[in-house]
Amino acid sequence: MRSILILLRKDILLEIRQQYTFYGVLLYVASTIFVLYLSMGQPEGPVWKGLFWMIELFICVNAVAKSFLQEGRGRLLYFYSIAGARDFILGKLLFNALLMIMMSLITLALFLFMLGDPMGHEGYFVLITCLGGVSLSLVFTFLAALAARAQQGAALMAILGFPLVIPQLLLLNRVSTIAFEDVLQGGLGWMLVVLAGLDVLLIALALILFPFLWKD
Amino acid sequence: MLRQTWWKILCVILLAYTVIGGFLGHVPAKPIVNETIRNLYFHVAMWFAMMIFLSVSVVYAVRYLRKPNHIDDIYSLEYAKVGIVFGTLGIITGSEWAGFTWGAFWSNDPKQLGAMIAMLIYYAYLVFRNGIPDVDKRARLGAVYNIFAYAMLFPTIWILPRMVESLHPGGMGGNPAFNDLDPRMALVWLVGAIPGWSLLGTWIATLRIRLALLAEDRPPAGRPKDRH
Repeated sequence: MRSILILLRKDILLEIRQQYTFYGVLLYVASTIFVLYLSMGQPEGPVWKGLFWMIELFICVNAVAKSFLQEGRGRLLYFYSIAGARDFILGKLLFNALLMIMMSLITLALFLFMLGDPMGHEGYFVLITCLGGVSLSLVFTFLAALAARAQQGAALMAILGFPLVIPQLLLLNRVSTIAFEDVLQGGLGWMLVVLAGLDVLLIALALILFPFLWKD
Repeated sequence: MLRQTWWKILCVILLAYTVIGGFLGHVPAKPIVNETIRNLYFHVAMWFAMMIFLSVSVVYAVRYLRKPNHIDDIYSLEYAKVGIVFGTLGIITGSEWAGFTWGAFWSNDPKQLGAMIAMLIYYAYLVFRNGIPDVDKRARLGAVYNIFAYAMLFPTIWILPRMVESLHPGGMGGNPAFNDLDPRMALVWLVGAIPGWSLLGTWIATLRIRLALLAEDRPPAGRPKDRH
């Protein structure tokens, strides 16, 4: 537990000191949403929702991609000797989840600012956004680890990741209706449960499989 | 056991029974489905076979991770490939069936989408493997991704489509599936189709595995042996 927190602190510290991903992704978010605004104006609810999750997906790829690519071979070996593989991946998962929550909230704010606010219940949507950010970050953290071990760049991560995140994106898109409509069809609550279940499954898989990715 | 011939003969007999009994046998005249109900012997059996092969593949993947052995990786890969072929055939036969009963070959039905996503995940497995030059690393990362893909198969095929309204049996809303399956049909389906197609796939996989193992033993291409 302690080593997880230390690894997490190290990632946060690195991020605060270097900041290039943060501002890089921020610029990416802002410019993409601005382009969207220029081309779409202020779209209707369903379009807004769809655009939001697509943008989230691309932001996640960009934000999470570097988490393993930045660690050189030597540094990985060093982490391996001071902490276990499980601590390491948990630290990364936590860090990326936090990063994605922040990025998602920024995206949401920019979306509301530029593309308008077609929602009825913003409070729910903030929660769903956080959940969505975390879910996406879990998938892509694991894939970033795979891609980094395969010595391939972010391109491979995108190829592997897009089929894998479709279920989550579909669920998120559907669950988002909660925030848009007053009258809801049944079963949406269950979808939230499935979404959370998927997250748990992803964390479990990462914990079980990462030690095998690690050793060379 | 797999080198023996009796199960191959059995496979041919069962498939002959499936095809002959499937196309000529008695089927109840149900509304909408009518004669297309014969697709049960093909479409549904494809998915059964696919689940079997992908499960075998993931078992070999786990075995490889526990104790790296190149042969396990070959088994895992070939069974996955056969599973992917059967899954693809399952989508094609299903879409064909949908065309004649639901009115469109592709209607974005949740089950169709789930199956398509699952197949995309498995296609990515093949692409991913091919991208890694080092043999050991390819085997290990491939095994890891295989397990991951198998775990994602359950939400995409088994859980999500069941939670929403679907024309496909198993979803919410009115498709009663074949709860009252005609006993004569059940015989062809359970005794003929499912074991028959599964055996055929196993046959294909074992042939491919033998080929892969033979290719391992051969000296690398491009370097002629001793020339006299």
